[in-house]
Amino acid sequence: MTRKQRRLYFVVLGMLALGAATALVLTAFNDNLVYFHSPTELAEKGVPPERRVRIGGLVEKGSIQRDGQLVRFRVTDMVNAVPVTYNGILPDLFREEQGVVAEGKMGTDGVFVAADVLAKHDENYMPKEVSDALKASGHWQDGKEGGPKE
Amino acid sequence: MHRFANPARFLRLAAVVMPWTAGATVLLIAAGLFFGLVASPADYQQGDTVRIMYVHVPSAWMGLFVYTTMAVASATALIWKHPLADLVAKSAAPIGAGFTLVCLVTGALWGKPMWGTWWAWDARLTSMLILFFLYLGHMALVDAFDDPTRGARAAAILALAGFVNVPIIKFSVDWWNTLHQPASVVKMGGPAIDPSMLAPLLLMGVGFTTFFVTVLFLRVRAEILAAKIRAIRLTQVRGQGVG
Repeated sequence: MTRKQRRLYFVVLGMLALGAATALVLTAFNDNLVYFHSPTELAEKGVPPERRVRIGGLVEKGSIQRDGQLVRFRVTDMVNAVPVTYNGILPDLFREEQGVVAEGKMGTDGVFVAADVLAKHDENYMPKEVSDALKASGHWQDGKEGGPKE
Repeated sequence: MHRFANPARFLRLAAVVMPWTAGATVLLIAAGLFFGLVASPADYQQGDTVRIMYVHVPSAWMGLFVYTTMAVASATALIWKHPLADLVAKSAAPIGAGFTLVCLVTGALWGKPMWGTWWAWDARLTSMLILFFLYLGHMALVDAFDDPTRGARAAAILALAGFVNVPIIKFSVDWWNTLHQPASVVKMGGPAIDPSMLAPLLLMGVGFTTFFVTVLFLRVRAEILAAKIRAIRLTQVRGQGVG
């Protein structure tokens, strides 16, 4: 084996070992690498009331109630839903059936008290005319996983 | 590869290629900016804020592409000891750092109006910040030794080890829940972006690539000339020592 070949194998093996080690670490820390939990995950795991967590999902249709600055809505993943209260200014993209991430604490009464609410948007970009045309023809969000269907 | 490992041949190639890539950069970015900022439609959800995408997304692509270039050059330098590969890696790092910084800054400017926050410690944003630090670490390490060959070797190992971050950045939005949305262009099932908005994005992407090639060639040329000057000075000093 020439020295070049030896160095080549050394680099390739080193990269494979490093890749495998990284994969193992990332798998082990999977729970800490997610930015938010879905309402279902939250219900399965249970959260201590004092622990600050983020929940994410869609704002349930027809669930938004405004009372001055106080807003009540429900975050849903289409299986489970969590009621949320938030006192503050919401981002512009916050609306029904839109992705949302709320950070705060779970109250003992099962209502999530959000200290911060962020809007999440999807990966689709199109002009308004196209989205209107898709909605009119009934093909809005065809084949999209987990998205709201109309 | 061996053909272009020769510095003299590289200088001749650079002299031919650079005017073309520089001209293409001007044309592509001018066209991309016009179609992106003026002639393309506003997004149905985000309105005109979506125009940040035409700078943010190509910068992110280039952040990853330049790092990949750097990793390939570093592997070539470590395995085959090509004289130019170390210079390519050293020259690429500040360009990649610049693209990554533009991506992070425009991302913050985009995040505030759309998500409601400048920054979030989600997997995509954090791994991109790590990429920026890898570039800075490479730039610091390459000059941290008195002997340039030792600096180049240490930096090459850092560049290769840091390469594991590149697939993590790309797939972070698929592997974990993130605030950042999933990929719009390079994804299964084709782009989720209207052709009228994809066209300026791709123009900018190609323009940023030709910009990278132009600046990389400029910087490698400067490194070759600097090495020549060092060699000349060294012989002069030796000549004085003897005489």
